[in-house]
Amino acid sequence: MAHKFLVHEPGDMVGVAIVDIPAGEKAEGLVMSDKSRLVVTTLSLIPLGHKIALHDIPNGTQVIKYGVPIGEAFANIKAGEHVHVQNLRSIRWRASVLEETPQVANTK
Amino acid sequence: METPMIYAYRRSNGQVGVRNHVIILPVDDLSNAACEHVAANIPGTMALPHPYGRLQFGEDLDLHFRTLIGTGCNPNVAAVVVIGIEPVWTKRIVDGIAKTGKPVAGFSIEENGDLKTTAAAARTAAEFLQLVSEYQREPISLAELTVSVKCGESDTTSGLASNPAVGNAVDLLTKMKNNVYFGETSEVTGAENLIADRCLNEQVRQKFLKTHSSYVKFIEDQGVSLLGSQPTEGNIKGGLTTIEEKALGNVQKMGRDSTVIGVLEPAETPSNGDRGLYFMDTSSAAAECVTLMAAAGAQVHLFTTGQGNIIGNPIEPVIKLTANPKTVRTMSEHIDVDLSGILTGEMTLDQAGEKIVEMIARTASGRLTCAEVLGHREFVLTKLYRSA
Repeated sequence: MAHKFLVHEPGDMVGVAIVDIPAGEKAEGLVMSDKSRLVVTTLSLIPLGHKIALHDIPNGTQVIKYGVPIGEAFANIKAGEHVHVQNLRSIRWRASVLEETPQVANTK
Repeated sequence: METPMIYAYRRSNGQVGVRNHVIILPVDDLSNAACEHVAANIPGTMALPHPYGRLQFGEDLDLHFRTLIGTGCNPNVAAVVVIGIEPVWTKRIVDGIAKTGKPVAGFSIEENGDLKTTAAAARTAAEFLQLVSEYQREPISLAELTVSVKCGESDTTSGLASNPAVGNAVDLLTKMKNNVYFGETSEVTGAENLIADRCLNEQVRQKFLKTHSSYVKFIEDQGVSLLGSQPTEGNIKGGLTTIEEKALGNVQKMGRDSTVIGVLEPAETPSNGDRGLYFMDTSSAAAECVTLMAAAGAQVHLFTTGQGNIIGNPIEPVIKLTANPKTVRTMSEHIDVDLSGILTGEMTLDQAGEKIVEMIARTASGRLTCAEVLGHREFVLTKLYRSA
């Protein structure tokens, strides 16, 4: 079976689709650094170039790609779900890039 | 790989040109019309209109002069006609370019008017064009080139394939002792430590970190949302979600084992003669960045894209590379090197790196890039702040 998505590093939480992967497909992925393979069932369409969650990612988790954090989940993400702007945001530019003020705990 | 030979122009100051342009260079916005009239009268010359050059001051004015003088000094340029509204600033640019030994002449419009200026400048442009038409290409080592790199309208395929492929080529080039420029200061945010760790010594490292943090501070001080700007709409459409993710893909272009030997100001040429990989402080906007790198003497540019940025540059040929199979299919007239085979495993990064160096050699020897064939000549000056 040809791989449908690529993963940069073994510890990454997301892979990248190299073709459009329809919802409900048992898609095979290839880890680029060690050539290991894995299978994830897609919960929705993952368009070419878009990210797929390799396992469940709880709300607030730092999401790892390239072996390092690329942002944090702001919703619970299930394995096989599309990971993008609807559930992942920048940590670094949090203050300046968010349209809405980040929800911070009320410290009153 | 063995260092390829190219066929290029040896300039009188020893530098190597891969094109033989005669440019008509305006000092300021007011002189664009005269420059365009000259180029229209003398086909084969090229006007470089731009919107600036009046009432700039301080660091911003210094950058304006450095960029225009650097553009004229680029070895891909064989001869230059400079036109400005006033004689003093015009002469300043002429004198800066004249140090290369190439033919250069200046004309100012005040007390002459556009028509008289155009007539005199066109006569000189015609003489220059005929003179340089007899310059011959000769065999020269590819190692003498300065190559600049930049990515645009990136997507996740850039970080997976096209940027690491360019990185592989950059490693080959720095081993051959080529100069290589990379930049895009704001866009390495989230991966700046990876660059810092590659710096030659503490001095270079500190200069890089200071350059990066002051650019980010400038952006954050604006206090506005960057959604839709960085990452861009095209980035997001292509699957990139955050600046960190974009930056980690971006910095793949610096290769796996090349050392950052220096940090350059915008449009600054390395002054100490050391050859290798340099970081240049630039905007991440494609045309601004490539214009600055060409003004610092880069002769060939490698531009990776995911969703399909179509930029070219009037001075240095821009080689366009993508690994996105959809972009290869839908925008084929813009793509010089198809790297989509890396995603499917049909091409290794080593094969891709050699393929890219071969394309540099072909381009340097005269092959027109897609951007050149399609007439892309984006010449965009970087302006640091408002004019007085």
